[in-house]
Amino acid sequence: MNDLGSALTTAASMVTTADPAVVQVVLLSLRVSLTAVAIAALVGLPLGALLAVAQFPGRRVMIVALNALMGLPPVVCGLLVYLLLSRSGPLGPLGLLFTPTAMVIAQAVLIAPILAALARQLLEGMWEEYSEQLRSFGAGPWRAVPTLLWDGRYALLTVLLAGFGRASAEVGAVMIVGGNIDGFTRVMTTAIALETSKGDLPLALALGMVLMAIVLTVNAAAQVLRDSSARWAG
Amino acid sequence: MRAPDTILPLTAEGLGFARNGVDILCDVFLTIEPGAPTLIIGPNGAGKSVLLRLLHGLLDPTAGRIVYAPAPEPRRRQAMVFQRPVLLRRSVLGNALYPLALAGVPRGERDARARAALALVGLEALAGRPARRLSGGEQQRLALARAAALNPDVLFLDEPCASLDPAATRAVEQIVTALAARGTKIVMTTHDLGQARRLAGDVVFLHRGRLLEQTPAEVFFTEPETPEAAAFLQGQLVW
Ligand SMILES: Nc1ncnc2c1ncn2[C@@H]1O[C@H](COP(=O)(O)OP(=O)(O)OP(=O)(O)O)[C@@H](O)[C@H]1O
Ligand SMILES: [Mg+2]
Repeated sequence: MNDLGSALTTAASMVTTADPAVVQVVLLSLRVSLTAVAIAALVGLPLGALLAVAQFPGRRVMIVALNALMGLPPVVCGLLVYLLLSRSGPLGPLGLLFTPTAMVIAQAVLIAPILAALARQLLEGMWEEYSEQLRSFGAGPWRAVPTLLWDGRYALLTVLLAGFGRASAEVGAVMIVGGNIDGFTRVMTTAIALETSKGDLPLALALGMVLMAIVLTVNAAAQVLRDSSARWAG
Repeated sequence: MRAPDTILPLTAEGLGFARNGVDILCDVFLTIEPGAPTLIIGPNGAGKSVLLRLLHGLLDPTAGRIVYAPAPEPRRRQAMVFQRPVLLRRSVLGNALYPLALAGVPRGERDARARAALALVGLEALAGRPARRLSGGEQQRLALARAAALNPDVLFLDEPCASLDPAATRAVEQIVTALAARGTKIVMTTHDLGQARRLAGDVVFLHRGRLLEQTPAEVFFTEPETPEAAAFLQGQLVW
């Protein structure tokens, strides 16, 4: 109990004094996860919108596959990306394994299906409402994709935040493809895992507090956005 | 008046629409000529909205066909205001701009055209408001404005005054008259027989999915050809 108390105090002072070790890890975490969300969004959101509007053979299969991929365990995702990037893998010559880029790739692969599946659910309802009106204006499914993405932008932001939450909280994928190298590929989750096992509880706790704060902020932001989008959507 | 390139006259030749083996519309022959508005009237469920959707090309007929006068891009030369308009999750102005962008109106012209259309229905002061927060009647007027902004050859209006107050109804009637005067053919449904009398050039009377009459308005309102139409005019025809 005393251990916990002193660890908490040390952790709090590390956060408030912006301890360089903590700051570096936090910044890398944010950089990796935000880049991963951006890349995943570029692929996932249009894909989700397309699945919401277009009728083509294989659509149902794709939707089922996406929903299944939403539950892809991060370690499995990390393993797959590891195999791709490892020296003997197809992308081995790029030399990306154990770099932040590899971590971005792994997280993007992990959350792109989530973004696509959530976007499809959201936009399918909107398309049901819009389709006849848009056809009257002369817009087919292809033209509807950017329209739905734009009109659904507030609601889609909450989808992005969900993706960001998932990316910044996962540990398995970045651990496998990043290697948790101090000062290079160490992010909050892998650092917490390592420091805890090493017994450096203050650092682990400090990072845990920052991670919690980020997750809470993200959720609060999601709530605010949902409300304002509801106000707009009417 | 408009240059001769127009999709009118538009004719329906033996038009039919069936769903699940039930005829919703059957054997409809009609001609939409340029000129004063054509009013489609008939009891609830007669098939008026389905007929407008067929004419506008949103539904595919299961029998017969629709023939436009040969003009390029017939789909783009018509617009429709639905019985329940769907407004985009954008501002009032954004809603008026969107169909213009789709129709390929040059960027520089869109704003002026959209604002002129909003002014036409008295919504220019609300241009920046979120469209879906407008009142029901304002939404209906916005739907009319954004369709009229397209400057179509034919404008299909499905009960455009259904939830409007008397002043707004009068305003919409004036807009319809103005659009008709500028050469836009109006094809509209209404349940307001007074309105039909005020606006109609000719009347299409539907009953249970069949076209019973297409007659000039003076004739229809004074001596309807069918007993069903006579009963309908006296408020005695049920479905
Ligand atoms: N897509 C559809 N599939 C099946 N049935 C339909 C479809 N659209 C309309 N119907 C049916 O066709 C009939 C005519 O509908 P329609 O909406 O044209 O009536 P209406 O004349 O416009 O009536 P109202 O005056 O109430 O608006 C109704 O019985 C309706 O249930
Ligand atoms: Mg109707």
